[in-house]
This record gives sequence, C-alpha cells and structure tokens, in this order.
Amino acid sequence: MKYLFTIFAVLTAVLLSYGLYQALVVAPTEQTMGEVQRIFYYHVPSAWAAFCLFFVNLVASIWYMVRRNRKADALALAAAEVGVVFCTIVLVTGPLWARPVWGIWWTWDLRLTLTLVLWLIYVAYLILRKFSTSGQTPVIAAVLAIFGALDVPLVYFSIWFFRTQHPQPVVGGGGSIDPRMLHAFFINLIAFSCFGALVCWSRYRFEMAHRDVEDRQALESIMEAGASR
Amino acid sequence: MNYLYAAYAATWIIHIAYLGLLARRYARLRQEIEELKKK
Amino acid sequence: MSSDGLTRATLIKDLRLEWRSKDAINSMLFFALLVVVIFSFAFDPTAEESRQIAGGLVWVAFLFAAVVALNQTWARELRNQVLDAYRVSPAPPNSLFLAKALGNFIFVTVLEALMTPLFIVFYNLRALGPAWQLPIVAVLGTWALVVNGTFFAAMSLRTRSREIMLPLLLFPISIPALLAMVEATTSILTGEYSAKFWIVLLVAYDLLFTMASLLLFSFVLHAE
Repeated sequence: MKYLFTIFAVLTAVLLSYGLYQALVVAPTEQTMGEVQRIFYYHVPSAWAAFCLFFVNLVASIWYMVRRNRKADALALAAAEVGVVFCTIVLVTGPLWARPVWGIWWTWDLRLTLTLVLWLIYVAYLILRKFSTSGQTPVIAAVLAIFGALDVPLVYFSIWFFRTQHPQPVVGGGGSIDPRMLHAFFINLIAFSCFGALVCWSRYRFEMAHRDVEDRQALESIMEAGASR
Repeated sequence: MNYLYAAYAATWIIHIAYLGLLARRYARLRQEIEELKKK
Repeated sequence: MSSDGLTRATLIKDLRLEWRSKDAINSMLFFALLVVVIFSFAFDPTAEESRQIAGGLVWVAFLFAAVVALNQTWARELRNQVLDAYRVSPAPPNSLFLAKALGNFIFVTVLEALMTPLFIVFYNLRALGPAWQLPIVAVLGTWALVVNGTFFAAMSLRTRSREIMLPLLLFPISIPALLAMVEATTSILTGEYSAKFWIVLLVAYDLLFTMASLLLFSFVLHAE
C-alpha cells in the first residue's frame, strides 16, 4: 500500500508539472480575454476536485449513518477538509479572473454562488466537528452533510430564477475553444483530480493513525490509573 | 497579467500551506507514537 | 399518549411556562425593537428606494430576532436534564421536535408582528403589489428559519460556543430560503414582479427541510 501511495504521488507530481507547462506555455492565448484566461486551467479543475471531494464526504457520511463504520467517518472528515482547501482556491482564483476580464470582482451567478454556499456549509461542518463535545460528533456531522446536500438543488434553483428576474453580468465561459486549450484543460483536470485524491488519501491515513494513537493513549492512562491504586 | 500570476501563486501557496500543516501534524503524531513505544 | 397529544402537551407547557415567566419574550421584544431602530438610523432612504430595500432589511432584522429566540430553545430542557428523560422514554422524538419548532414559530411570529408596524412607520411602507401575499410569505419564511433553527439548536447543544454555532450552521443552509423571502417581499412591495415562483420555492424548501428534520431528529437527540 505504501508503494502505491508513493507511485501515485510521483505520477500526480508529473501530471501537475506537465499541466502547468501546458497551461502557461503550450496553450494558445485567448482572443478576447488575453493571458488572464489561463486562470481557467486552474480554476475549473480545482472546482471539479472540490465538488468531487464534497460528494465523497456526502457518500461517506451516509455510509457512516447506515453502518457506523469508523473508516467512513475518517474519510468524511478528510474529504471535507481537503474539499474546503480546493474550494477556497476556487473562490480566490474566480475573482482574480473576473476582475481584469469582466471588470467586477464578484457576481451572484450560479457557479460562484453555489461554490460560496458549499464553502460556507463545509467550513461550518469543520467548525462543528472541532467544537463539538458530544461523544457522537460523527453522527451530528453526518446529519449536517446530508442537510447541506439537500440544500444544493434549492440554491441552484433560487439563484437561477434570481438571475432571470435581475439580469446580472455574465461571468465565465465564452471565448473560442482551441483543441490545444481543451488538451491543456483536460491534463489539468486529471492532474488536479489525482492531486485531490492523493491529499485526501493522505489526510485519511493520518486520521486513522491519529485515532489509533488516541485510543492507545486512552488505554494507557486507564491502565496507569488502575496500576497506581 | 499580474492577476494570472497572483492566481497561480495563490493556488500553490494555499496547497503548500495545507500540506505543511499536514506534515507538521504527522511529525507530532510520530513523536506521540515514539512516546507510546517507550512505555 | 399519542404523538399528537404529546406534541400539543409539550407545546402548551412551553407556552404556559413562557407566559408565566416572560423572561425570554421580554428580552427578545426589546432586542427586536432595537434592531428596527438601528436599521432605521443606518439606512434612511427615500420612499422609492425604501420599497426596493425594505424586503432585505425586514428579513435580516427578523433573522436576528429569530436567532435570539432559537438560541434559548433547549435552554430549559438542558437546565433540568429533561432530554435524558426524553431519550429513555418511549415517546417519539418527533413530537418533542415539532412542539419546540411550533413554540419557536409562535415566538418569532409574535416578534415579527410587533416589528412590522414599526418598519412600516419608519420606512413609510406601502405595498404596490398584492399585499395579501405578504402574510403567506411571512408564514412560509418564518417556518423555514424556525424549522432548521430548532434542529440546528439541538445539534449545537453539545458544542463549545453554543450560541455562535447555531447561526454558523443556520445561515448557509438558509440562503435559498432567505433569497426567496427577500425577493418575494420586494416584488410584492414594488409590484414589479410576481412573487409566485418564490412562494413555490419557499413551500418546497419548507416541505423538504421539515421532512428532513423529522426524519433525522432522533439521531441528534440520541447523539448527546
């Protein structure tokens, strides 16, 4: 298993480097937006990775609710944490792309708003996990994940209708798609998916090891308490 | 142009910061395991 | 005792206790009044503008008042270890949740009923659209905040910084409902659009999250 991780890490590093080269050097400059359009090669794959990770969290949370499997809970936490990291990057690169191209930092369009709401929900999820003193934190966190998932389609519809009633500036998309651009995009998409999976895997392994150590420490202190009588 | 570099830099800074955080937690965990092994 | 009977009994008990002590309702009333006054100082628009922004202002003010009400939902139960008794009793947990949610709904509606005339006065509000739709929006919107708020208040019971945990959980999840409430109110006040879609969205939101809360509350109750 350890070899698999190392091989995967090396592969991911190679893909990310190649993706960077493709994005900055090989892909042609976009006609209307200019060089800034290259942010697209990082912004969208990060969003894809973040949404995949949040989906993994949802599945792991449901699995935990049904089976009460410790591993499922550890995976849920790992996926949520790494998902928030990627989501933060989406929310940072988005305005950096929007400002020079469309003149505005932010607009309440579908993708940006959904990303923001998901980020808010999952930051709240992480804070809940950290601040909870209940013995059953995983259950409560899993319930929050389910509520969040139920919320997503409602956010989608509400923003969609809001924008039909109040025409807002359109951000994102547009521009011609050269096949070299598509190639650069897909390389980065795969690279960031692998990167997301890799970091999540690493975080998951840490969580399992951490819990084992905590269990052992608890056992030690119980035995010491018993021995010191 | 500056926005492009800022975006790419921000991406990697955030990733490296998080990985650094993970590395530090792993180091602390390894220390705790050593302490447990001594007992 | 049937689940309906239990819900009604718990609700009546809560209302009676509150009516006798009036500790929560008094502070909430004064807080609501303060919020209206502060907002009126901070945002002092012309009549035309006020109709555009009143929807947002009113609902943000209601939201703050609701959070104050929601934070004390389970306070009495915690003080007297009632939740342990509920956990071991054969009573269905949904009855408890429904009673708490309905009690909160009544509290927040009372607050809104008191804040609304003040807003109308301070902002010289007059609905240009179908005003009869406003109470419908108020009921649906309030229930949306209260049903999730009661649920998240229960989830926050065993956390540090309990009072801040509730809004932290509630606000993101409530975003589509808040947008619907504000847009519906604004479109009724300005008369420019139909509020129909937003009302339908609120109905969908209320149904979905009421069901989710009822289904998942037993997990939260037993998770203490």
